[in-house]
This record gives sequence, C-alpha cells and structure tokens, in this order.
Amino acid sequence: MSDATTLDPQAGAAVDAQPQDMTSSQTSVIDQRPTPEVHAQCARSPLAHLFTARDDGDAGIVLQEKAFLGHLTLRGDPAQPGFAEGVEAALGLALPLTPATLHQNEGGRSIQWLSPDEWLILVPGEEAFTVEKALHEALAGRYQVVNVSGGQTVISLSGDQARQVLMKSTPTDVHPRAFPVGRGVPAVFAKATLVLRRVSESEFELVVRRSFADYLGRWLLDASEEFGVCIKG
Amino acid sequence: MSQQDNQTAAAPRRLASGGRIDRATPLTFTFNGKRYQGLAGDTLASALMANGLDVLNASFKYARPRGLVAAGAEEPNAILQLGSTEAGQVPNVRATQQALYDGLEAHAVSGWVKAQKDLMSRFLPQVGKLGGKFMPPGFYYKTFMAPASLWMTYEKYIRKAAGLGRSPLEEDPDIYDHLHQHTDVLVIGSGPAGLMAALVAARSGARVILCDEQEELGGSLLSMSADCLDQTLDGQPAIEWRDAVLAELEACEDVQLLPRTTANGYHDHNFVTLHERRTEHQADLAPLNARGAQQARSRLHRVRAHRVIMATGAHERPLVYSHNDVPGNLLAGAVTTYLTRYGVAAGDKLVLSVNNDHAYRAALAWAAAGREVVAIADARPDPAGVMVEAARAAGIRIIAGAAVIEAKGERRVTGARIAAIDIDAFSVTGAVEELACDTIASSGGYSPVVHLAAHTGARPVWSDEIHGFLPALGAPMLKGFDACGAANGSFALEDVLVAAYASGVAAVEACEFETAQAEVPAVSELAETPMLPLYQVPHDKPTARAPKQFVDLQNDVTAAGIELATREGFESIEHVKRYTAMGFGTDQGKLGNINGMAVAARCLGQTIPDTGTTVFRPNYTPVTFGAIVGRHCGELFDPIRYTAMHEWHVAQGAKFEDVGQWKRPWYYPQGSEDMHAAVERECLAVREKVGVLDASTLGKIDITGRDAREFLNRIYTNAWAKLGVGKARYGLMCHDDGMVMDDGVTTCLAEDHFLMTTTTGGAASILEWLELWHQTEWPELDVQMTSVTDHWATLTVTGPEARALVGELTDIDLDRDSFKFMEVREGLIADIPGRIFRISFTGELSYELNVPANYGLHVWKRLFECGKKYGLTPYGTETMHVLRAEKGFIIVGQDTDGSITPEDLGMQWCVGYNKPYSWIGKRALSRPDTRRDDRKQMVGLIPTRKKAGDERIVLPEGSQIVFDPEHAIPMPMVGHVTSSYYSPTLGHGFALAVVKGGAKRIGETVFLPQADGTTLEAEITSPVFYDKKGERQHV
Amino acid sequence: MMHIFCPYCGELREEEEFHVKGQAHIERPKDPEACSDAEWGDYLFFRNNPRGVHHELWIHAVGCRKYFNITRHTVTYEILETYRMGEQPTITGETKADPTTQAKGVSA
Repeated sequence: MSDATTLDPQAGAAVDAQPQDMTSSQTSVIDQRPTPEVHAQCARSPLAHLFTARDDGDAGIVLQEKAFLGHLTLRGDPAQPGFAEGVEAALGLALPLTPATLHQNEGGRSIQWLSPDEWLILVPGEEAFTVEKALHEALAGRYQVVNVSGGQTVISLSGDQARQVLMKSTPTDVHPRAFPVGRGVPAVFAKATLVLRRVSESEFELVVRRSFADYLGRWLLDASEEFGVCIKG
Repeated sequence: MSQQDNQTAAAPRRLASGGRIDRATPLTFTFNGKRYQGLAGDTLASALMANGLDVLNASFKYARPRGLVAAGAEEPNAILQLGSTEAGQVPNVRATQQALYDGLEAHAVSGWVKAQKDLMSRFLPQVGKLGGKFMPPGFYYKTFMAPASLWMTYEKYIRKAAGLGRSPLEEDPDIYDHLHQHTDVLVIGSGPAGLMAALVAARSGARVILCDEQEELGGSLLSMSADCLDQTLDGQPAIEWRDAVLAELEACEDVQLLPRTTANGYHDHNFVTLHERRTEHQADLAPLNARGAQQARSRLHRVRAHRVIMATGAHERPLVYSHNDVPGNLLAGAVTTYLTRYGVAAGDKLVLSVNNDHAYRAALAWAAAGREVVAIADARPDPAGVMVEAARAAGIRIIAGAAVIEAKGERRVTGARIAAIDIDAFSVTGAVEELACDTIASSGGYSPVVHLAAHTGARPVWSDEIHGFLPALGAPMLKGFDACGAANGSFALEDVLVAAYASGVAAVEACEFETAQAEVPAVSELAETPMLPLYQVPHDKPTARAPKQFVDLQNDVTAAGIELATREGFESIEHVKRYTAMGFGTDQGKLGNINGMAVAARCLGQTIPDTGTTVFRPNYTPVTFGAIVGRHCGELFDPIRYTAMHEWHVAQGAKFEDVGQWKRPWYYPQGSEDMHAAVERECLAVREKVGVLDASTLGKIDITGRDAREFLNRIYTNAWAKLGVGKARYGLMCHDDGMVMDDGVTTCLAEDHFLMTTTTGGAASILEWLELWHQTEWPELDVQMTSVTDHWATLTVTGPEARALVGELTDIDLDRDSFKFMEVREGLIADIPGRIFRISFTGELSYELNVPANYGLHVWKRLFECGKKYGLTPYGTETMHVLRAEKGFIIVGQDTDGSITPEDLGMQWCVGYNKPYSWIGKRALSRPDTRRDDRKQMVGLIPTRKKAGDERIVLPEGSQIVFDPEHAIPMPMVGHVTSSYYSPTLGHGFALAVVKGGAKRIGETVFLPQADGTTLEAEITSPVFYDKKGERQHV
Repeated sequence: MMHIFCPYCGELREEEEFHVKGQAHIERPKDPEACSDAEWGDYLFFRNNPRGVHHELWIHAVGCRKYFNITRHTVTYEILETYRMGEQPTITGETKADPTTQAKGVSA
C-alpha cells in the first residue's frame, strides 16, 4: 500500500458527484434502550451465567461485572475546529489527546483515547442515547458515533493479587510505574484482546467483547483460583 | 515414601562434616527401584554419589556404563527419568539440577538400549551382535538410506531408539502458567558477578530480576572453601558477602529473586524466556498452596528487559583422553563442588589431570577431606602459582609436562595411565606410568557460558587470551545486552567483581536511573599462573586406533569419529556436527563443542577460529511442555466465542459446529434423530412453514461519512451510487488480483450511513482491509468504520410463515408492498428497539431481526412463544448450507478458494464494469489469465440416477472431476466439488462445483473417481436448483 | 519477539499487538486501466526480499489500529525506525552499510 497524501484524480470526480451538501450528519440514530421495565425483565449480560456471587474469604482477587453500561465509540479528527470542544460540551469531560489516557468523572462517565481518531466513551446505560444525541448535535464534519453497548461489557478487577493475575494474562506492563491511574490501552489478554484501564489505585477495568466474555471470564477465574476469589453480584 | 523403611544403606561417600547439606534431615529416595537415603540440601546427583552409585546410565550409542561427570547443567550422563506416579513422569532430568525431596523416584533411561537392539536385530542382525564398533559416524545415514521405500518402516524403529526417556501415558494433573514480566535490568546468574551487578541496579531503584538455575542463589560462591584457598571478600568468607547482598536484595520492593529459574532463550530485543521450577524440589506432583488451591508446578516467565546482564559463568572443559567416559572420570570443578557444597567425596584415590591452576582446588579439597591424592598430572612444563605451591607443600606429587592419556577400568576407574606429552607434536614423549586410583578429575580450562548471547544469531568470538569463545557484545543482535564475570572471560574474582560493577552501572544509566552508592568488596590476593591450551590428549596409539576418546558423552561422539568425518571430506564444522551428532539435542554442546572443534581443527591443520564459531539455539536446557503451554489448555486452549442465545441452543440439545472461534448451532436433533434426519426436517420446515437461525456471528461494520458511498463503490465489485436510503444490496469484494475474498449485504441507513455485513470468518479481517485502503490510499475520503459484530444479535426468521410470525412481535408494518424485499425498517421487536432487514439467504420470505445483544435471548424466546402455532423450527448451519446451496448462493471460502473471480462464479450481474473508479479487483479481470475461457467456473451437479436409491447419492465434497474416466492415469482433472448435500425439497442429491469452461457445458456428463476405486457420474446443471425465478423471497 | 515503537501511540509495545502486512510503499497505480498487464502484474505480485534493510508495512492491530512503516534489518532484526503513513524512511539500504559479516558456524 502506498501512503497517498494527495488526492488522486478519480477521487475528485466521485466526490463531486455527491448530490447534496452534508455538513451535518444524517446518521440513523435510534434509542436502543427499551423502557426501564422491559430492560429489567429482559436484559441478559454477557457474564451473567458465569459471574455468580462467591466469596472464598480473604480473597486476593475481587471481580465484578459492570453490566449494561452505555458504550460509545467516537471517531473523528481532533484537528477539526470545534471537535474537542464539541465532545467536551456533549459529554462533560475533556477529550483526551494524550495516547493511552482516560478522563473520568464522578457521574460514571469516562472517555479513553484509543487511537489518534478513536475514543471509547462509557456512561451509565440509561444515558447512552442522551450522550449519543448530544454528540451528534455538537459535532460536524468528519466524525462517527456508534453505540456498541450490546457488544461489550466491563469486568472490574481488584484485590491484592490483581497485578499478579494481570501479569499471568497480558504482555502489557502493569507495574504501577508503567501503568498509573488514568492509563488505558487495548491489550492482548490470554489469546484474546480487551481494553485494559486503571480507574483507581486499586481497580482495573477490563472492557471485553461480548462474544469473548465467557472465555476471558473463565481465564480470569482460573488465573485467580490460587489467590481466592470474591465475585460481587 | 514410607518412614518404616529402615533398609536404606548408609551413604559411604558422605563426609562427616562440611557442605551446605543438613545432616539432621535425611530424605529417602529410590533409584531404579532401590531405596537410598540423602540429605536435605542434596541434589539427586550428590545423593547418588554419596551412596556410592557409580553407574547411572548406559550410553546412547555404545551402551557403555556412565556415571556423573559434572555438578551442573552441563552434566551429559546422569539424565534420568523422574516420577513416582505415571502422570508425574518427567524425562530428561539432569540429576545435577534436581533437588532431592523425600519420596523422589528416579530411573535410568535405558529404554533406548532395548529399542536400539530391536532396530538392529530386525534389520541388521549381523551388526546387532557385534555392537558399537561397527557404528561409525554417519552409520544411520549410510545404513538406512536405501531402499527409500523402506524408510517409513525404519523410521518407526529409529525414532524409538533415539529418545532419552519417555513421556507420561496419563494426563498431567498439575497446572502451569506464564508470567509476563517487564524489568529495567535482568541479571542471569547469581554468582559473584550476578550479585554485584544486581546490587548496583537495585540500589539505584531500578526494577531488577535476578535468576539462577540452581536451588540456591550464589553460584560459585556456594562451593568456595578455605580448604581450597578460596578468597575472602572484605576479609570474610565469600559466602557471608553473598548472604548480606541477598538479604539487601530481598528487601527491595522492585527486585525479584528467582532461584530454580533457568534463562532458556534469548530472543529479539531483549526478550528472555525463564523457566522457573516452582515445586519440583518438593514433590512429584505440585502440593496444594496454603489456601488449599492448586499452584503452578512450573512457570514460564516471558521477560522484556531494558538491559540484560549475562552472568552465567563458565563451564569447565574436560580433557579428551582414552576411556574418559568410565565412571569415576569427572570434571575437577565438579569434584570440588561435591566436596565443598554437598559434603561428598567422589572416591578415595584421586588423580588430577590439568592445564591450569584453578583446578588444583579439587586436590586441595580432596586432601582436606582426608582422601588420598595420588598425583596431579599438569600439562604445563613448569607449573607455579599459589595453589600449585600449596599442593606441593601438602606433599602431593605433581608430574609436570604430563597428562592422563587413558583411564583404566570398566564400570569404575581403577587406574590412570600418565605420560609426558608434546602438545605441539601431538604425541606421547615419555614412558607411560600407570597409577592405581578410583577417580580421575580433569580440567582443560574454562568455557564462558555464552549460549544465550548466541540465540539471536550473534556468533561468539574466539579469544586467544582465554582459549575460549566470548559473547559478541556490541553486535546488532545484542543491543542492550551485556555480559560480565566468567561468562565474559574474566576469571579472577577481583576482575569479576569490577566488571560486574561496571555492567551494573552501565545498565542503570541506560535505564536513566542515577547510580547509587555501592562498593566492590575487597578481594584477598591469590596469584595464578596462565593455562596451557590442551583439548585432546595424545595417546601412545594414533587416535583412530587408541581406545575411545570421548568428545561428546551424551551423543557418544569420539575424537576418532570427528577425525573420520574430516577424512571423509566434511570440512565445514556444521557438516561435521550433523554427521557425528556432536552437540545435538539437549546437550547443546556444553561440554564437547570446543573440544570437538579443536579435534576438527587439528585434523584439518587449522586454528579453532578458522574452523568456525559456535552458534547455540534455545533452549539452553529442556523445558517441559507444561511450562510452554501454561494455562492455554483444556477449555482455555483457545477462545470460544458465543452468541447471546447460546444458552438456549444448549438447553435445546443443539449440536455445535466450530466456525472459526465461534460455536454455532449445527443442527437441533429431536429424539433419536441423526444429523441427516434433523437437517431434512429443518429444511422442510423452512421451505413449508418457518424456521429461525442464530446469525449473530456475521460480521457487521457501521460505516459513516459523506464519502461512505464512494468508499463502497471502490471496495465492492458492484455499484452503490443509486442505493436509496432504507435499501439493501448484496455485494462482492475482491482482492486487487480480482479474486473473490468476501461477500455480504450492505444497507443504506441514511445518505451517509451504511451497515455492512461480512462473512463470519471475515469480520475482523475485512475491517482491517477497509482501514488499510482508507489509511494508506484514500485518506482524503470522509469515511469512518466501527465494528458492531458483537453489538447486534441477529435472528433470521425465514419461511412462508415468517411474516405472520414476525408480525406478532413488532410494530413495524410488514405489508409486502410497503416493506419490500431488500429493505430495512426500524421499530420495536418484542419491545426491544431494533431493525428488521428483509433479506434472504434461503430463497424464502425472510426477515433478519437485529436487536442489541443484551436483549437477543429475550427476543429469541419470544419468537418461540409465538412461533408454536406456525411450526417455528430452529435450524443450524448445516440446514442453512443446504438451503442456500439449493439457491446457488455461494459461501466464500467454501465455494471459492482465492482463485475464483466473480465471473468464474457467473456473477457478472454483481460486477460494475462501468463504475467511474477502477475499483479493487477490476483491472485484474482483464488480465490474460482471468480472461481464459477454460477457467474453472461455478456450475451445479446432479448425480446420475440409474436405479432406485440413487437419489440418495451425495457426491463427496472435494471430489475431483474428469471428463473422460477411461483416460490413462494421471487423468486430467478439470475441477472439483465445492458443496454437496442431499435436498429433501428436491428429493435427490445435488452439488456445487467448479469445472473448466463449465458455464458452456450445461447438460454434459462428468465423472468423479473416488479413492475406493469407484467412479461417480453427474450431469452439469445451472447452480440454481430451486425457485429459479426467485419468486418466493418476494411474496 | 520484537519490541516495536508505535509512532501513533508513542510507545514501545510487544510484537503480539502488531501484524505485518508486507512491503511498504507499494503504491496502487493511479490509473489501473492505463497499466499494461506487466505493470499491473508487478504491482500485484512482485516484492523485494532483501538481506538487510527492508521497509515494511505493519498495523498496530491490538492498539490504535493504525498502519505505519518499519525500517527493519532482516538479518539482525534491528528496528531502525518506525514512521507514520505518508512519511518517507530516513534510513535505506544505501544509507546503512550491512553490519553483519559472513562466518562459518556451528549451530547446536
């Protein structure tokens, strides 16, 4: 592949052929959350079958699924005028521009740098549509907001042996010097991948894809067994 | 092992005092089924020696009796089988590296002797009787070369004859794991150099890992003794300095001390694999931990180090003399270590044969233990130095300018033949004197353990100063890699410590830490005189006729064998090595490589560096499969991916098919149905009533941006300019070589918003593909892509009753005229917001329901609550395959193989020849090769029915197709079957196939020769078998 | 197991996070229809295989998912530089002499 930096001659013609001016997005956005009653009755989280409450006593590892959060993927060019401001206005958090960092607030919202043009936004589940809409209203030009709440879940990992379990699982350096609070990265984890973030001195969050949740959950339980496990329901 | 067994013999060679063993803690173990007693702190080797066990194994090729030679990783003979249970069997354990524990059971590895005899008596009875004399180097190559057709038979026996030990027959109950480590400084080896370097690094605050393959950290410091005139550090015995350093290191938070941990492989960019044996010093199987949980028996550390300091020390080189393999021939340093560290004397009467001062320690320690030193043969004409003088002063006879040229004895040394030698002339120059003794210790100098430094391809460099190879520090493959101490050719203790200090400082600075205060301890003075290079000792007979002089004891390679190889024309040391097997396998040339090169150099009349350098490969010592596998076994062997509806499928008794990492329902048997019966029932249910498929595994990519449509135009073969909002279209993707790579339906959700579907297998790779073109060729296009594969659960409801069924669950108007085929609508589905796509992969009226996956199971269950009255039937991937094949719909990867163009598939309707942009794959469709008219083209096949029952014929998938079954073999093969099923709807078997020029051969008969000698026959048809006009999906 | 500096993440990461995608700087002809069959065949099928300095296209697959280029020595496995799409290498086979020397060797 080349690294074309100039427009190629065919591209212009095609772009010109676009019929209408689309300065604002026409993305099809739907509120994907059912009513609270329906949600309470019908939702099934990716780890509900595996992370049943348990306490081995004096457990070195504490696990909890943070289910049904709102997960949004944001893509866009932060060099575009108004992009960073728009995100901050819509979300209430500054757009992280430093690689591998995340910003979070007391309200359970966070935004994590994944790539120069991609961020992961986590919000309480019932806020997903509000935030998605707000982002569409605040942003223009090249950007994308996609609701991926059904495709991901979050595992909270804490306990005295949390670092040891991570070291068994990921080639990412999780030493406190290398992985301070506020750092987050996609990571190879066992034979799958996930997003690993340190949200406090004592807690890591693992954002896992739904279809891999069972495998990763089983892996964590297996790697944690020798330390004793507490699973919070 | 039971405590009531009181028959353990006293250990005859154990000293009354001294060493790091605990005489108050006896341990019982067995060797070859017999019970013995050792002590806590023993290795298996020292315990065997203490019990006076001389013969531990039979040698690999010549079945000669062999005993201990060394005290460390370089031991070539005492390679034993361990395990008191079948599941706990471990082959290839060096007795010198195995800590003794109570109940340990060890066996000699003698299985191969029997296997080898079997091999010989089966194929070469005359050789079998005569034995090793008739097995020169290259024996196997020469003997089993012809006839080639028999190789398969030979191989089975040769393989058996080639092993050292056996693997367990039962499943291993132990667990293993990996630990990913990152460190500023990794120090390998914990002798004086390793400790000094680690101390400097640790004091500066760096993250440090210090590992050592032995039970205890300390390396050579552990066997130092005043008896051997060993030096003091800061005026104290060296062991006290070691204890103090370790205590300080242990107290550092960011320092990890790893004893029993071998650095086995050095890989690119300072990536090092460490093998930690965590419980193998405790029991046969790993004991439970304090919580009562299983703990890992051994662990593979995968270390990325900013700096690596190799402080692996040196291996003593034995001298190569006749019958140097008879039990009782040891390395001088090993004799010392057994005495000073384990309190064991290798025998009673010692003859020492040396070319350096340092080896005199063995004689001094031997005498201090009250044993007789018969004589020291020193190859140097005028040995001097402090140790030499001390030996003289002790009344030990020193024979200068001489060496042991031959050992006497068969199962134990009984004497040594000593003669004056001329090294340059390679000859014996004086009368041979035979001295009675039971132990011969030799030392030919010291080879730095440079193995790790060679693993990435940096060839070690010969040093004339130390007469050995040094690591090629500074080579591009060794960036950030340092070596110090004996591993880098510094042998005097003071030099070692000074060099190690410098290595520590350099590492700390490279890691951008400030060097903290640390001091090199003051070393007491000890003057040594230089060594004299000597490798193979001349005998009074020429090498070829002298009694065997072993170079590589593990592989039974002799000096005569190497000489023969050079005479036969093997001049490259690489070829000599492969011809003789020198340094093969688990030995990795630790004892023999340099002696072997010296022999080859002598025979070829050149120097050692002219003869070549040594390259070692990982692993340094054997690693168990368990440690390599870690936790990646059983249900965690590989990720298994599940859809949101998985637990329902399991509850319904579905059989599953692996599709990549996904588990997909394959079919849902009822009662005693087999797969065929279940699939026929499922097929008919879809064609006649309604079925539902869990299609969640399909790849789904959300694509937005004002250039999204143009992007699709370039990526897909077909046109997207006119696809309206709310409409869907099937698309094909090619590589730029014009070959089909993926397909799927893409829907226009808004003018700048599309939802692409890909094949299940293509989900990840297609997203990477799209990003590739966007990032590298068309960055100017305003388009963004995000995977939503896991986000949407996809439920495909299909069959004549689909509209009625789905209508019960949704507020979306499903009227045939307002919601047409290939359209999408948004709305509530069983109270869940989602989308319905009216697209069909079965040819029937179909609705694909997409809901966020957290609600997928709920919607699926609601379908079945409403579906009973419509005869709703769940169907799996097998039925999906039959139904789509009846319609001639391809599966990319099954009906295509990377050599099929859209035109080969007859899908010209899906090729936008007139699109303005030359889309990916277009140009290749006009290459001469893709224009050939005899390309393999997609057709249908219907097996010829000649008699009742033939309608059940299903052509085996993969069958090769020929036009003329009478053609002489090899017949020209003109195509193959890609998909083949029995169709309950059609009432006969049918297949999709590719056939050369097939599109123009409709109606012709082709033949499919089978492996069993029969030939099947079929008629070429259109690939569409059912509802050729496509009316049913539009109802 | 190489240690690779991602020019977008600004950090060294383990090789497991990356996939190699072949030779770098293979530009798709701007007007494919104007290419002769031989030119198109060159673009599709022919790649360099140097013993020494090589430019490769990689993707930080488990990471920022960005494509970028690596100048790598195919014998020593040294990574001489990594650079973003659209940038040119500062080190080429001509600028860097081959540091490896041929030697006879024994492998074990």
